[in-house]
Amino acid sequence: MSIDLKTIKHISKLSRISVDEKKAEKLAVDLNSIFEFIEKLNELKTDNVKPLTSVAETTLKLRPDEVKSKNIREQIVKNSPQDNEDYFVVPKVIE
Amino acid sequence: MSKKTSEYLINRKDNQYEVVIGLEVHAQVLSESKLFSTSATKFGAEPNTQVSLVDAAFPGMLPVINEFCVKQAIKTGIGLNAKINKRSVFDRKNYFYADLPQGYQISQFKDPIVGEGKVILDMPDGQKEIGIERLHLEQDAGKSIHDIDPQNTFVDLNRSGVALMEIVSKPDLRSPDEVSAYIKKLRSIMRYLGTCDGNMQEGSLRADVNVSVRPKGSKEFGTRCEIKNVNSIKFMQMAIEYEANRQVDMIEEGGSIDQETRLFDTKKNETRSMRSKEDAHDYRYFPDPDLLPLEVSDEFINDLKNDIPELPDDKKKRFIDEFKLSPYEATILISDIDTAKYFEEVVAKMGKNKDIKLAVNWITGELFAVLNNKNLEISESPISAKNLAILVNLIKNGTISGKIAKTVFELMLDGNKDPQKIVEEKGLKQQSDPKALEALIDKIINDNREKAIEYKQGKEKLFGFFVGQAMKASGGKANPQLINEILKKKL
Amino acid sequence: MSDITKQSLTELVENIKDKKLSSTEVTKAFIDRSEKSKELNAYITEDFTSALNKAKKFDQKPNLDLKLPGVPIAVKDLFCTKDVKTTAGSKILNNFVPTYESTVTDNIWKEGSILLGKLNCDEFAMGSSNETSFFGNVQNPIDKDLVPGGSSGGSASAVAGQLTPITIGTDTGGSIRQPASFTGTVGLKPTYGSCSRYGIVAFASSLDQAGPMAQNVKDCALLQEVISSYDPKDSTSIDFKRNQYSKELTNNIKGKKIGIPKEYRVDGMPKEIEDLWQKGIQYVKDCGAETIDISLPHTSYALPTYYIVAPAEASSNLARYDGVKYGFRAKGENLIDMYEKTRSEGFGAEVQRRIMIGTYVLSSGYYDAYYLKAQKVRKLIKNDFDEAYKKVDAILTPSTPSSAFKIGEKTNDPVSMYLNDIFTVPVNLAGLPGISIPAGHDSRGYPLGLQIIGKAFDEQNILNIAYAMEEKINFKNKITDWWIK
Repeated sequence: MSIDLKTIKHISKLSRISVDEKKAEKLAVDLNSIFEFIEKLNELKTDNVKPLTSVAETTLKLRPDEVKSKNIREQIVKNSPQDNEDYFVVPKVIE
Repeated sequence: MSKKTSEYLINRKDNQYEVVIGLEVHAQVLSESKLFSTSATKFGAEPNTQVSLVDAAFPGMLPVINEFCVKQAIKTGIGLNAKINKRSVFDRKNYFYADLPQGYQISQFKDPIVGEGKVILDMPDGQKEIGIERLHLEQDAGKSIHDIDPQNTFVDLNRSGVALMEIVSKPDLRSPDEVSAYIKKLRSIMRYLGTCDGNMQEGSLRADVNVSVRPKGSKEFGTRCEIKNVNSIKFMQMAIEYEANRQVDMIEEGGSIDQETRLFDTKKNETRSMRSKEDAHDYRYFPDPDLLPLEVSDEFINDLKNDIPELPDDKKKRFIDEFKLSPYEATILISDIDTAKYFEEVVAKMGKNKDIKLAVNWITGELFAVLNNKNLEISESPISAKNLAILVNLIKNGTISGKIAKTVFELMLDGNKDPQKIVEEKGLKQQSDPKALEALIDKIINDNREKAIEYKQGKEKLFGFFVGQAMKASGGKANPQLINEILKKKL
Repeated sequence: MSDITKQSLTELVENIKDKKLSSTEVTKAFIDRSEKSKELNAYITEDFTSALNKAKKFDQKPNLDLKLPGVPIAVKDLFCTKDVKTTAGSKILNNFVPTYESTVTDNIWKEGSILLGKLNCDEFAMGSSNETSFFGNVQNPIDKDLVPGGSSGGSASAVAGQLTPITIGTDTGGSIRQPASFTGTVGLKPTYGSCSRYGIVAFASSLDQAGPMAQNVKDCALLQEVISSYDPKDSTSIDFKRNQYSKELTNNIKGKKIGIPKEYRVDGMPKEIEDLWQKGIQYVKDCGAETIDISLPHTSYALPTYYIVAPAEASSNLARYDGVKYGFRAKGENLIDMYEKTRSEGFGAEVQRRIMIGTYVLSSGYYDAYYLKAQKVRKLIKNDFDEAYKKVDAILTPSTPSSAFKIGEKTNDPVSMYLNDIFTVPVNLAGLPGISIPAGHDSRGYPLGLQIIGKAFDEQNILNIAYAMEEKINFKNKITDWWIK
């Protein structure tokens, strides 16, 4: 198999990472060599193998329904790139 | 099945189309804290004041699941007569959006907590069963606000991470009316269970509506469109109406339907394609590695089963059997849990010698009218169930007449006054002393000799005149039954 | 005492407890040496002024019952530290100051330790040579222009160069053990679920595990004892009985059965590595343990599996770096434009590459062929170990297929870079504990490590084996302080 430029552009869209032609070409080369190496898995028949869900062989622990987190708005918005005391602010969303 | 009178069809020239509808209802789980964090879930808080580091997806923050939300989902599953899955898995649904801080929503994709179930709808032409495909738990997103600033979008994450139950129906619904009945039934069941408050104004209950059309009689499904995030029953009905007609027009013009996501514009009353969202539709679901599979034991489920209150369908049946109500009356009383509770409290407070029919009439008549007028929920009723029970008993045992009762009822509205006291204070007690009434009637007959003769000659309509005179003379307090009896005798 | 920085953690703790050294003296010594060692580029953020203040405060009212009384420590910059910038080696977090503390570092401070600063690492821990850091390469104290390994390269360099007595790293595919091996230090990757992941910048959630790095096994055991805890804030944290690893440490490993997996003899492996392994086998025998040939048949599939699972999880874990809530934001005309520019400018090439791989293997139509397949093979790899542990108590392998390489030598060939982790990755996939100890030198005098892999939750056993071997090996790191002018 090989990953073409169109695919690279599609996955860059999904990843929300912009790529220009040059970057896309380099990525295509890299990804193809990596996937060539990954294809080794096809040697194995795994039809009857159950996939691993977690190495931690315990079940999910449940926490009680208690409100512990207070109003920490100041902390939450402190690191945000665009200053606003109440909200996170982002460039206009275009629907 | 006989031909349904309420069949919903779209007619064009020679063709008739049937509408096929499936709903994905998003119901906010009633809980104190969020699904995977310990922030509060209260409605209407100041922006970003109910946001933890987990909700805002700070680096290194991890989800820890709320046991109560799991229980709520299972309870709802039980209420939907559904299969509870002892093992379920949380997956990540990956997409970018300003109000989705993690860049993914934690949801359940392949292995939901609740499997197939059903709900019964009471339609005018009989009952109809609607299949439930599944119910799963997921996180709500935050809120993007586009109208504060022309250049920017503002993000409030208070809702981010609140637990939702997504309840997916089978494509069993066939009309806007059925959709309305279905949503009302779901809401009723969840309110009985206490798992969702069903408040559509506050967004606690909203739905994605899948609509397709097909020629009447066809067994195959048409291509469906999904109308996203509709938040009132009225809008759902309007959206379906519009969308079904749009699709039929397309087909009639020889076109085909694109499977797509659409938006219902409540101002223009039309649905609109959301193509911008289409190209990014590859959610790349995979099991969330921050969470292990959720496993619940039989004991866990059984404890919840034992905790399930009587649900609407059972309650209705019992009301009919035990209280001899008509199915119509029972349906009205059970549809909302608070109404049912009120009614049952009235019944309990009436004691042994009770007139349930009379109580039902007072609740669905006078009381509902007042609540409607004042725009109040029954839980906010100005008249307590206890006082209403007393009032009904006063009528039943002849202390006051139905007419006087209406006066008493009006007076009770002001501060939930005890009707007994009102009757005593205002001297509204019914006159049931036959001797006093006989004297009163003798006087009336005496004063209206001519009319009495006319009556005796056959002008029976005049009987009402004498009753009216007697009631008037007694200040409305005379026992109407006794008046009738005495008049008949004397005339 | 002039040679404070040459002392092991155990010695420093003893000297502070015996009041032969104050926290201030010790902290000052490590700060001085760190100041002189800028050329190693081991630090991303120095917190020296604050460290000295904390040391002075400690000395005013020393609590000598603590396990790390007044001991300074620098930590990998993947651990969130309250009020101290945390970057994960990335431009995208260049200006991020957490308001919270990771559980692992919190455990360290609670035992009296003092933060010196944040250590360099590969960007989001993605790399095997510390060359993907936004903050530049790290030099290996062993030799100029030699990589220290990665991703915990700054941590390994700082311990080997004695800029910190001990440190903590994180290990997703070998990021503690490989740099430990490259720098002649000891590094332990604990069992998955042993150390909380709360507050650690995530790379691949099902593989990430924090662990100690030190000059010797005993120090490593002590630090593991401090950092390992059950944490209800991490749903994958496991509640098991944790040992007092340093107190229970013993060199008596008589009768232990040690597995030697034949699949770790890979094509093209240098003879020096094979010889080192044989020497290791002899050492454990000399300690009275028994070696048994075993097979881990799916070993060669581990790396391809890893390069599906880790990028898949990373592509999702790194979605939160979108310029909205914290960190770097590029200017954009609209939201999507802002996302794409922020992530394109904020992430380095290797991180972008892995996000792309991860996005691809999860995307519609490829999930079953890649991600699901990988999770099945992962199960087979885990089963291999489960089978082996029916016969043996631990497994001995080389840590890496080669010694440290030159900066720039492998940057253009991602696959050859990935092959570095061939012996360490299976351990992460199976969630097992593994420790790398220095066991010899190659012809150039560069250190080489051996890896001991244990059963889940059996850290004590592999620490004991490492402790016994350490005594026999008597390794001496050849460090000339070449960078100190």
